[in-house]
Amino acid sequence: MMATLTRPQLPSTDKRWMIVQGTMRKHGYSRNALIETLHTVQQSFGFLDKDAIRFVAASLQIPPSQAYGVATFYHLFQLRPPGRHTCQICLGTACYINGAERLMGHAEKQLGIQAGETTPDGEVSLLAVRCVGSCSFAPVSIFDEQIHSYSKVEALDAQLKAWTQP
Amino acid sequence: MTTLTEELDQITAKVQQEQQAAGDRINVCVAAGCLSLHSDAVQRALEEEAKKTGARCAVRGVGCMGLCSAGPVVSHESAASNSDEQAARLYGGVQSEHAPQLIASLQGEPVTKLAISRQLPFFTRQTKVVLENSGRINPESIDEYIATGGYRALMHALNEMTPAEVVQEISASGLRGRGGAGYPTGLKWATVARVAGAPKYVICNADEGDPGAFMDRSVLEGDPHRVLEGMILAAYAVGASQGYIYLRAEYPLAVKRLGIAIREAKRMGLLGNDIGGTRMSLNLEIRLGAGAFVCGEETALIASIEGHRGTPHPRPPYPAESGLWGSPTLINNVETYANVPPILQRGSAWYAALGTAKSKGTKVFALSGKVRHTGLIEVPMGMTLREIIFDIGGGVAEGHTFKAVQTGGPSGGCIPESLLDIPVDYDSLTQAGSIMGSGGMIVMDDSSCMVNVARFFMEFCMSESCGKCIPCRAGTAQMYGLLTRITEGTATHRELDLLIRLCEMVGATSLCGLGQTAPNPVLSTLRYFKHEYLAHIEDKHCPAGVCDCAASIAEVAR
Repeated sequence: MMATLTRPQLPSTDKRWMIVQGTMRKHGYSRNALIETLHTVQQSFGFLDKDAIRFVAASLQIPPSQAYGVATFYHLFQLRPPGRHTCQICLGTACYINGAERLMGHAEKQLGIQAGETTPDGEVSLLAVRCVGSCSFAPVSIFDEQIHSYSKVEALDAQLKAWTQP
Repeated sequence: MTTLTEELDQITAKVQQEQQAAGDRINVCVAAGCLSLHSDAVQRALEEEAKKTGARCAVRGVGCMGLCSAGPVVSHESAASNSDEQAARLYGGVQSEHAPQLIASLQGEPVTKLAISRQLPFFTRQTKVVLENSGRINPESIDEYIATGGYRALMHALNEMTPAEVVQEISASGLRGRGGAGYPTGLKWATVARVAGAPKYVICNADEGDPGAFMDRSVLEGDPHRVLEGMILAAYAVGASQGYIYLRAEYPLAVKRLGIAIREAKRMGLLGNDIGGTRMSLNLEIRLGAGAFVCGEETALIASIEGHRGTPHPRPPYPAESGLWGSPTLINNVETYANVPPILQRGSAWYAALGTAKSKGTKVFALSGKVRHTGLIEVPMGMTLREIIFDIGGGVAEGHTFKAVQTGGPSGGCIPESLLDIPVDYDSLTQAGSIMGSGGMIVMDDSSCMVNVARFFMEFCMSESCGKCIPCRAGTAQMYGLLTRITEGTATHRELDLLIRLCEMVGATSLCGLGQTAPNPVLSTLRYFKHEYLAHIEDKHCPAGVCDCAASIAEVAR
């Protein structure tokens, strides 16, 4: 008997799943659309949780282990919900020799978390990025979507305080 | 019915007419660099001011003009000067409040306090081929690219040349891969063209992962159609009908502009089925990377397009024979494709006259670090490092001395002052213990500790190792540990010997380029800056004052 091609039900009535489904449909539910689909999930929900990975894997008929393997392989995919704000500090070569390590050390101390973590209250996520290609303005940091050139500890400090203090 | 070539000519005439009618052109750099300094606000302010005063000018957003350290950069081309770049006035550090002054100056004298001299060696020493349109056309308008002669090389090739002739022309030009390894492009194309099998694929490697490199980003943001035209020509030459551009998700602006470029090219019939009324068809799609440095390696990149973890596999078979989904695949980097249209338009002899005997043409470099003029430059192959850093780059800041220049990213090495007179070409840089790489060039001065820099690159390779082969997965972690101990001042000579042996082993036995070249930063710094290693080991002292040996030793003792 041929395997029936029933696609799994949407995990919830959340409309964002329709967007995810749209990406898969655009690629004809091809298995090689896995990464493209995970991008859509992350853009829609901010991160990839296990339900999302299971849903995408089942829709594309990929073993969940393989989908999980891909989700954890690529740095850009986040498996935990991001904080309300994101502080990214570039640790590319040009930023590094212009003192980005000091910036990161300061941010870690100020927020009490390590790079890659989110503060317990869910306010700020701290991320290390590897070169955003704005090396001429090193060191570079990105507060939410806004790139800041020639970053200084004082400016970083002010931004973190603005985010963390009511 | 008009042919596509005639249509291109009509568009060119239309754009030129519109530009004549609009008067002077004010170009505002809205590439990622200047944009981060809020050049979009400057553009808006200039537009409003022009509207308010009724000045006869067109304000446009353009790609990178090169001198990023002077950003936000604005240029003013007068209607009379037509298209002479040298005649354009250039301004740096432009803010919104300067808009009234700039608009008022259109018919008169330039605004002196913002002016940047075109006579700076930064400009006069460059030769622009790949970047000839960057900063001069609106990257979101296919018409403007066409008006610079764009897509003519493609129409000429499709109508007048056989695919074999296109391959022959690229071979004769001497073009070598700009992604770093420098493999002859014509040879690669000929291999893919020769292999039987369909479908064939063309891939553009735009996964510019080397930290300190932003050449491809600037080309894609400033002149995306040039890359598309190069890819279509490549597809014609090798017989491919489907193509992918593997682009870093970290470059949202490049993603957006490339998406617009693909849509516009499709609309014009330059992509899709029966291109320009010929039997040639090509579909192009963007595939987003997801932050994995190893995906710059071609077999890992292919695995990623197929939707898998980006792990490499042994070569042979090379992608030319068995690539994407096992089909013959041509894979070149952004800058390589960007060189193709001018070669076909102006001829291989013209191109081969640029550069050195074995490295032809020009190379784009991203100059950054401790150098006065940072930004994007394009120079003929064979220029010396000293000319690039001290003439074009203006040298290091006052009060500091030059120590080393890093080329080739984590796969490259650090070149000391004594070797600055070597010419920049593939072979000389390899001989010096570094590589050309994709074009990142990071200048370091006396404030950088070379052991710490080697440790930085090893940390990068360790975290980016895909984990498939043991020499790279375990070796980079061990080497990182040893380098950490050296920077902490807790290592002995025995550990230094072990580090050297590990470097040789990892280099010789790793599966792909990432592991094979990971020891390069260590080996090159050991070769030229061994005294710094010895100072950390014997004297427990960091000559540059970067590593706090004493504190680390105290920490360990506790």
